[in-house]
Amino acid sequence: MTTAMEAPQADRSRMAVSETDVAVEIIGMNKWFADFHVLRDINLKVMNGERIVIAGPSGSGKSTLIRCINRLEEHQDGQIIVDGVELTNDLKRIDEVRREVGMVFQHFNLFPHLTILQNLTLAPIWVRGTPKAEAEESAMKYLERVKIPEQANKYPGQLSGGQQQRVAIARSLCMNPKIMLFDEPTSALDPEMIKEVLDVMVKLAEDGMTMICVTHEMGFARQVANRVIFMDQGQIIEQNEPEEFFSNPQHERTKLFLSQILH
Amino acid sequence: MADRSLTYVRTEMAEALPPPKSTTGISAWMRENLFSSPANSLLTIVGLALIIWLAIPIWNFLVADAVFSDPEGLRGEACRFEGVGACWIFIQARFSFFIYGFYPPEEIWRINLMFLIGVILMIPLLAPRAPFTRTAAVLFFLVFPFVAFFLMAGGILSLESVPTNRWGGLTLTLIISLIGIIVSMPVGILLALGRQSRLPVIKGFCIAFIELWRAVPLITVLFMASVMFPLFTPQGMQPDVLLRAIIGICLFESAYMAEVVRGGLQAIPRGQSEASFALGLSKPKTVALITLPQALKHVIPGIVNTFIALFKDTSLVSIIGIFELLNTVRAASSDIAWQFPTDAVTGYIFAGFVFWLFCFGMSRYSIYMENRLHTGHRR
Ligand SMILES: Nc1ncnc2c1ncn2[C@@H]1O[C@H](COP(=O)(O)OP(=O)(O)OP(=O)(O)O)[C@@H](O)[C@H]1O
Ligand SMILES: [Mg+2]
Repeated sequence: MTTAMEAPQADRSRMAVSETDVAVEIIGMNKWFADFHVLRDINLKVMNGERIVIAGPSGSGKSTLIRCINRLEEHQDGQIIVDGVELTNDLKRIDEVRREVGMVFQHFNLFPHLTILQNLTLAPIWVRGTPKAEAEESAMKYLERVKIPEQANKYPGQLSGGQQQRVAIARSLCMNPKIMLFDEPTSALDPEMIKEVLDVMVKLAEDGMTMICVTHEMGFARQVANRVIFMDQGQIIEQNEPEEFFSNPQHERTKLFLSQILH
Repeated sequence: MADRSLTYVRTEMAEALPPPKSTTGISAWMRENLFSSPANSLLTIVGLALIIWLAIPIWNFLVADAVFSDPEGLRGEACRFEGVGACWIFIQARFSFFIYGFYPPEEIWRINLMFLIGVILMIPLLAPRAPFTRTAAVLFFLVFPFVAFFLMAGGILSLESVPTNRWGGLTLTLIISLIGIIVSMPVGILLALGRQSRLPVIKGFCIAFIELWRAVPLITVLFMASVMFPLFTPQGMQPDVLLRAIIGICLFESAYMAEVVRGGLQAIPRGQSEASFALGLSKPKTVALITLPQALKHVIPGIVNTFIALFKDTSLVSIIGIFELLNTVRAASSDIAWQFPTDAVTGYIFAGFVFWLFCFGMSRYSIYMENRLHTGHRR
């Protein structure tokens, strides 16, 4: 499902990866949906400032994996440590992690009953206790960053898909997250809107954000990622630097997958 | 592309034009909607004939044969003749009874004062973007009920005490339905949320409550409240029969409201609460700020439908001897002084009209609210 258009130009020199600070560490993690073993023996270490792209066929568990990182899904075995906090049933820790981890969904999931500005200020006001005026000021800054300040007082239903997704990114950024998760952020968009969203994501990477993206935008992966992870049947099959990953895949399953999506 | 060529490039842009003339104007509208085909024309004529055939007797009853005044004061004799239509002087003569029931006439100012305060407080609540909404809400929901109760019941501040069996008429209908509406809404919401709870005890209780009350006819609930309930409580410890009836109605309507709200909650995609959780909002905040407001907005028609049904259902309390509007009308039309051929019909037409007026008002208000809260199409 790759696009033929030219990949966004990214300035890799600014994307520094920390040698010592771990953003997310997953150790021997397993997850089941009832009897179905959906994630198997996942081990993954993401350093601060890293950009990870996760690819794989439908149903391979990509969404489930990143949803475990902010505990939208619960894992049954192994450890997930986010920014030094291990995820357990302790609600306090879950809240702590969710405050530091932003997430962007395939279908935007903006709140349709609130204006764009209210969508952005909701969490700062109700989670961090930021005063309304201050929250609105910083929200406008983020709207400018995603290039739609003029839409602030509209409702999500009045925006195009690409604009909605950019609002969703800005909404996450308003919480000043240390880590951003993206679950197929462009796959519900028309081709001409994909670029505007990818541009925002590239900017974010250039600003040094730690990002874990499930996406099949291979151009984005080449330009921004420092690792591509390939998943199948709930397992990490292969991971490599983007150039190596695309030009010289090792596993049979990876080769098959790449031959299918790269034509 | 008449030349059937496969390539085409537009050289001139098409201008926006006004719509063709024939689709506007009254005659065009009639041609299009009433006489567009022979069958349609026939239906129009039949429909028109039916309206005239019904309208004439209705007109005769309500206006032509009706009695509007009595030069010798308002007396039943004025309507006691063959072929009389509606007897409006009967309504005029007993109007105060229909509105206030058996409330002592010299104390009626208390009811009027209560209505006045209620209406003044409701204006900022119902009107969009009116000032003082928050103050009015606090006063209306927390202070007004007590003020209203003490005005109605008296017994303090040198107000003469008026027992509840003297409350009646439209006043009582409005009191019962307003309490029903104000109580059933939050209780219904709590039950709907409880029904979705992950705690089995809460969930089980809510399901049992809803299914129990929904499965029983309201008449049965009212009979239980008035006849059965006293059997189980010690003498002298029985709460007022009106209070029992109101509690019965509130519980009954809460169960219905819970199901309406649950319908709305189920229509909210899971992504909404997930997005909220991902932003760090807790579960209660997610419900209060994200899912519930959207759910309630979706089910405004269902909520108002329940309110309208509740308003009309209050007339059932007449069977346990409470004189709400319908019962005062029934009592007045069986009064010996007001015996005339159409006494019952006139009374019921009046009662029906009053019920219709309030229900229609609620219905229009709900449509207005829906439009106001509409925030563009969902994608
Ligand atoms: N809540 C759930 N309950 C049961 N099974 C689930 C649930 N969510 C996902 N699954 C199953 O788990 C598997 C992995 O799902 P997941 O959504 O993580 O896949 P994915 O790799 O994101 O696929 P896609 O590319 O289609 O989004 C699928 O087989 C799916 O049917
Ligand atoms: Mg997925």
